[in-house]
Amino acid sequence: MEYVLIIIAAVFVSNIVLNQFLGICPFIGVSNKVDTAIGMTGAVTFVMVIATLFTYLIFQYVLIPFELEYLRTITFILVIASLVQMVEIMLKKISPPLYQALGIFLPLITTNCAVLGVAVLAVQQDFNLLGSVVFAIGNAIGFGLALITFSGIREQLDMMNVPKQMKGVPIAFIVAGLMALAFMGFTGIV
Amino acid sequence: MAKKESNFVSMVATLSVVALVAAALLGGVYEATKEPIRLADLRKRNEAIEAVVPAFDTVPSDQIVKYGMDGDTLILYPALKNGIVVGTAVETFTNNGFSGEFKLMVGFDNEGAIVDIAVLSHKETPGLGDKMERDKSDFHVQFMGQHPDEFNLAVTKDKGDVDAITASTISSRAYCEAVQRAYEAWKATR
Amino acid sequence: MNQWKNFSKGLLKENAVFVMFLGLCPTLGVTTSAVNGLGMGLATTFVLVMSNLVVALIKNQIPDKVRIPAFIVIIATFVTVVEMVMKAYVPALFDALGLFIPLIVVNCVVLGRAEAFASKNNVVSSIIDGLGMGIGFALALTALGAVREVLGSGSIFGLSFLKGDGMLLFVLPPGAFIALGYLIVLANKLKAKTT
Repeated sequence: MEYVLIIIAAVFVSNIVLNQFLGICPFIGVSNKVDTAIGMTGAVTFVMVIATLFTYLIFQYVLIPFELEYLRTITFILVIASLVQMVEIMLKKISPPLYQALGIFLPLITTNCAVLGVAVLAVQQDFNLLGSVVFAIGNAIGFGLALITFSGIREQLDMMNVPKQMKGVPIAFIVAGLMALAFMGFTGIV
Repeated sequence: MAKKESNFVSMVATLSVVALVAAALLGGVYEATKEPIRLADLRKRNEAIEAVVPAFDTVPSDQIVKYGMDGDTLILYPALKNGIVVGTAVETFTNNGFSGEFKLMVGFDNEGAIVDIAVLSHKETPGLGDKMERDKSDFHVQFMGQHPDEFNLAVTKDKGDVDAITASTISSRAYCEAVQRAYEAWKATR
Repeated sequence: MNQWKNFSKGLLKENAVFVMFLGLCPTLGVTTSAVNGLGMGLATTFVLVMSNLVVALIKNQIPDKVRIPAFIVIIATFVTVVEMVMKAYVPALFDALGLFIPLIVVNCVVLGRAEAFASKNNVVSSIIDGLGMGIGFALALTALGAVREVLGSGSIFGLSFLKGDGMLLFVLPPGAFIALGYLIVLANKLKAKTT
């Protein structure tokens, strides 16, 4: 039950994109088409869950015992950067079709603050190992939900007659604001 | 100057040197800021104690009591004037804030009435839940001088005596819960 | 003249936030008030200048293939320095900015400048480029913070000019998106006029 609550909270109540403002760059950058949005979501889910698992273990069993918590940021980003590289190489070998689908998104993920953000939040909130992984899954779903819905809206927007200065990114932000407003309706359900 | 070639030795050597210098720099800064960070924490706590109990001249460190409750620790600081206890500041917490945990310092006089309350740390929404901060609104004033035995520490929506912060019932509820917990710890350690 | 160009392009023409749409997470996340926006902007400026400086200094010593990992280590080091120094000397601001301080590491602006500018230019130009980009970033954050604070809390830099609440929407997450959207429209208009 506790884990169900973690997921609901991460997906709806404090949605990582619309409420926590993490992963805004891909949210605006790769949301032109629903297809690319789905690809990006897959890649982010994959990396976010594995990265949170690894950083959690390193934080609990290396950094805390040696009192090196102040190296958190630098360790986590290195873990994430090397993980992304490894995932890329392994995918290429093991599953070329999956690599075809996710490959171009992988390098972008190193600088996706959602991944580092979730890893840091997971250790800050004192979850246990399973809790951290569930938290990462919930946030990945939340990211996907926001990104895919948003790209659907943007595909429609392309066909609309938007004032010249508002075309593209500005109108996208205003739509995102309205979506965030809608998500605020979930406040208090957990 | 020619660019260095990317062979295995040069790559490993460069990264090692970079990492080593980075580690040395961070270790140095960590040592240099350790004491100021500790002092800053201490100052924040002392200011909170001063704000919530009657005028005092010392908080003897050997009389500070730690009291475990609900999976965390409350800390009780007795404030002395001329060797006589004039009040007790209790560092308390709640995990049910809108954005999770927050910490309060609650001051009690010797009869158990609340003298005043200060917020130590929180992550509540700016503009809404953060009105519980002393300099943002007068929310804390209604608690002053009230005795938890006669004053029902719950928001009016829950048939209590506390007027919640507008649009921040969740934060207000959590605030009441933290104060109630402080009172119970104060009673239990008398 | 050339150096002035390096500096000023970050202010409007290539402004990280309004024109390049980089570093948007902290832009939206911390700008509930003008002071927070300014604090975040200055912290980022420090990291930008220092990492640009170091990258420009050692660019010839770094083999091409390990360039990016080396840059990331350099940036992460300065971010951690900022983290510790702020915790020690401005704890209130540190608490307000929270998670977004460690996230400077993944701010695309910082890595972007190291890769696109500092690894190809000399030290002085790189510092000036970092300073210009950083100040442009800080200005954007302060502007967004000021707009949200004025509309949302009826105050500016913490000085209240309104009794009671403002339009709360603007301090809340949806207001961040909407306010930034309109600021970008404004920047587009300004740019269209000057060119």
